[in-house]
Amino acid sequence: MTVSNATDNALELREITKRFGSVIALDDVSLAVRHGRITALLGENGAGKTTLMRIAFGMIQPDAGWISVNGVRKKLASPSDAIAAGIGMVHQQFSLIPAMTVAENVALGGHGKYSAGQAVATLSEIAERTGLKLDPLARVADLGSADRQKLEILRTLAHDAKLIILDEPTAALTPKDVAELFRQLKSFVSGGGAVVLITHKLADAQEHADDVTVLRRGRVVLSARMSETTRDSLVEAMLGVSPDIESAESNRDFISAGPVASLEAVVLPDDPHRRPVDLQINAGEILGVAALDGAARSLLRALANRSPLLAGRIHLPSRIGFVPENRKDEALIADFSLSENLALANAGSLHGTVDWNTVREDTRRIISDFDVRTSSSEALPAQLSGGNQQRFVLGRELSGNPSMLVLENPTQGLDVNAAIFVHERLRQARNEGTAVVFYSSDLEELADLSDRVAVVTRTAVTLVSPDRDKIGQALLGTLEKDGS
Amino acid sequence: MGAELALLTDSLVRATPLIIAGLAVALAFRGGVFNIGAEGQLLAGAIAATAVSLAGAPVFGRAVVLIALIAASLAGALWAGIAAELRRRFHVLEIISTIMLNFIAIYFVSFLVRGPLQEPTHIYPQTESLDTVARLPVLLPETRLHFGFVLAVGLAVFLSWIFRRTAMGFRIRATGASPLVARMAGRIDVSRTSFLVFLFSGALAGIAGGIEVTGLTFALYENLSPGYGYTAIAVALIAGLNPLGVIASGIFFGVLETGAIALQREFGVPSSIASVIEAVFILAALTLTAVRGRQLLGRASAS
Amino acid sequence: MSAFETFLEGAVRTATPLGFAALGETVAERSGVINIGLEGAIIAGAFGGFVAAGSGSVWLGFAGSMVAGILVAALFAIFAIRIRADQIITGTAISLLCLGLTATLYQQMYGATGAALSIPTMSAMELPLLSSIPLFGRALFAQPAIAYLLYIMIPLIWWWMYRTYEGLALRATGEDPRAAVAAGIPARKFQTMSVLFGGAMGGIAGGVLVIAQAGSFAEGISAGRGFIAIAIVVLGRWHPLGVAAAALIFGAASALQYFFQALGWPVPYQLFLALPYVLTLFGLAGIAGRAVAPAGLGR
Repeated sequence: MTVSNATDNALELREITKRFGSVIALDDVSLAVRHGRITALLGENGAGKTTLMRIAFGMIQPDAGWISVNGVRKKLASPSDAIAAGIGMVHQQFSLIPAMTVAENVALGGHGKYSAGQAVATLSEIAERTGLKLDPLARVADLGSADRQKLEILRTLAHDAKLIILDEPTAALTPKDVAELFRQLKSFVSGGGAVVLITHKLADAQEHADDVTVLRRGRVVLSARMSETTRDSLVEAMLGVSPDIESAESNRDFISAGPVASLEAVVLPDDPHRRPVDLQINAGEILGVAALDGAARSLLRALANRSPLLAGRIHLPSRIGFVPENRKDEALIADFSLSENLALANAGSLHGTVDWNTVREDTRRIISDFDVRTSSSEALPAQLSGGNQQRFVLGRELSGNPSMLVLENPTQGLDVNAAIFVHERLRQARNEGTAVVFYSSDLEELADLSDRVAVVTRTAVTLVSPDRDKIGQALLGTLEKDGS
Repeated sequence: MGAELALLTDSLVRATPLIIAGLAVALAFRGGVFNIGAEGQLLAGAIAATAVSLAGAPVFGRAVVLIALIAASLAGALWAGIAAELRRRFHVLEIISTIMLNFIAIYFVSFLVRGPLQEPTHIYPQTESLDTVARLPVLLPETRLHFGFVLAVGLAVFLSWIFRRTAMGFRIRATGASPLVARMAGRIDVSRTSFLVFLFSGALAGIAGGIEVTGLTFALYENLSPGYGYTAIAVALIAGLNPLGVIASGIFFGVLETGAIALQREFGVPSSIASVIEAVFILAALTLTAVRGRQLLGRASAS
Repeated sequence: MSAFETFLEGAVRTATPLGFAALGETVAERSGVINIGLEGAIIAGAFGGFVAAGSGSVWLGFAGSMVAGILVAALFAIFAIRIRADQIITGTAISLLCLGLTATLYQQMYGATGAALSIPTMSAMELPLLSSIPLFGRALFAQPAIAYLLYIMIPLIWWWMYRTYEGLALRATGEDPRAAVAAGIPARKFQTMSVLFGGAMGGIAGGVLVIAQAGSFAEGISAGRGFIAIAIVVLGRWHPLGVAAAALIFGAASALQYFFQALGWPVPYQLFLALPYVLTLFGLAGIAGRAVAPAGLGR
């Protein structure tokens, strides 16, 4: 177990399982990272890549499984353990302190009397070695994305890392910066180091990585040398095929009945590119929204009238149902019974007294109509499974007869039966004239359920027909156009 | 028999402001507002009630009691309103601002009873005594038990009804339990709801002060309140923020404090032992809170 | 001494306990923890100092103050850092607990009448030469020796916070605990240590009230200074030097009453008693700029 030999892997994760509440983030995942090679960890948003690497960096503890570094089993209880073991991580920028300078950020973790001079000396030494240079006295808050990333890499080098993990490093870089980054990484591995590259950008991985592992919904779907794979096989592995969800009805013959909501030149808060969006939502239609990295979040919330706009005009109907992704924190109050949670719908505009008997009856009706498995209308949400919670929330949001229903990842974490049920209900609502807008990271679901699909990428919002390949191409095809 | 009866009625008399102030705290905490200022709001109410009673008794006769209590509630709401506005506009922690206002209120009382409102002979730091017509009726002759106790119970029942039966009460509970869900799922104007809760909480505490003046002390003076506002926090927490429970826990603390004073008289046990017990209770309630997250403060059972 | 010099001396005297408490709280808040239990630390320190000084030594008294303050802070740390209970509620409860407990213990140990017991008090210690400086000399350098400890601690903390790796780590923890942990800093340890330090300083503040000023203990002698100290931290922008200046301003506001009295102006004295609390409200409203709080404060 602790015998070390020359062909030892730089890092090995074995049978890693991690649960967050009732959600299984990682299911029996194993990964081997070899010296002198760049390993790409591919997968869609929510596949578990970042969780896995956070475990490798000691930020999270696994529920099962073990880790070994250079053939030696290690317990990484905190990032300082990982750093001591020679592992460094370049995060998506949340590990820098914006209010501090470059030198101070590099110095974090040292001991004793701090002298800016020493930090500067370390920085110039690394600069000489690798060519990575930054002004030590610059404030991180003033640095752009590319420089911040350089700083993170500098820091791992200053701590003598032998294995560097990079989390979505090219997300906000220009082609020139990306080329420079990979130049640095190649030179690092040629000196014997190892690199793990977490990315959803297929093209980057194909071009620069030596090995690849693909995660999907917490499981390893593919693990091979990059040379042995094709683009199609990777796409297939990443975006996947769900178990057969039978479509009860064909989606093609719906009757759309005019617009129910519209966005005109709307600029959303979390959009760094500030591009104006035009979109129209029709009654009696299911609009699927496809995006990478959850980029559609503020779009959906703006539609649900729960998020502000930076610019533009938005026309919304008066009654909008909203089923957020995070049921626990945003849709249900843990201390309230199901009846009380039902009463939340429209609570903002209620007046006078509440007839709890009627509310309880309505709750029971929803429980039976939506097949919610629970002991009574007075049960607490925590006593229901995820699938039943979702059925209930859906029932509640539909109970107000909304003109529009907005959902975020409606079947995520649900068992197959619950997912089928939700789909059927959504189709039913659509047939009754409700406009349904939903976001999903599952291509299959988008193709199966939607009447139209809006694909949100960094450059535009494109409408496509609900065809899996077309959606995939729109998502990934655009990737090729910019920056890789 | 006389001594026991006196102890019992004195306990209820002591419980009266504790119950009403306890309701004020329970209302605030239920709505997610940490109002530690019941003490100051109570004093504000006492000031208003005294001033109105003194000035209005000759004019309004018996009706002045009602007017005085209304004035007391407005004064309490106003005093709380300062902290509420600081919270809303400047995000000032209401825990600190209300405590500061408590101190300011104490000094304000001191200023009034030694200055503008001082009794005519200018010897004692207190106001003139209230005219008999401005006093709350006594429930049991030969005792100090006054109508304020009935009002306290009535307010508790009323608040309980609000929480259990009204849309407003439900909104308050939702806001306190989870402002995020209240906003997202309930479309509740969380900011407005907490602001109103803060004001009404202050109003209740103000009434407590008004009732204390018109029912027991019949004058304003320094140290009118031996920390009722702070004890009320323990009262509310022990009752699980349940208005009907506040009646019971208010009486419990009334008995505790009356008994403690008696104990001190008879056996020399320091009367402040009561405040230690109270604080221990708070800490125990705290442990529960800590163990179960913020749930204690959003106690959702519809009662 | 002129009225102005009396006023200054009073200002420094009032500012001393506030300065200790606020300096300690600055360190704690810089690590991201807001300790509302500071009031409890002060009253505990006042009582602890009173009891310990009964032994006959003022310095033993201050040691007792410090220990009491640390104990209170430890209680806070267990709840707020270890169990991750809500910092605000925890602090409030602890303050109330300490206020009640010290009152009870005092009555129990020294009698309900509160007869003034004699404990050795720390009198003013004039520093030669320095105290002869015109205008400020007596105000600053004819104070009880404990004040000089504060004078030393202010630049010391300043140096530690900005010139050592540990100080850097502390500030990083307060800015973004997540990032600090990701950078390999033991954030919880830093938070715990700084809270204990804050408690120690709060305890000393209480000791100052009893040993170097009042000469005896009284129920509630802390009079909300713990909360005022928190406002001073905001006014001083979480910087040791700024906090020292803000404490002095508060001290001056309180000392104004002597100034007015000396001038014979008939302003009700309650106004001055209330002034620090009013100032606190203004301070908290961020009149001096709220934007510079440690980004991770209170989370």
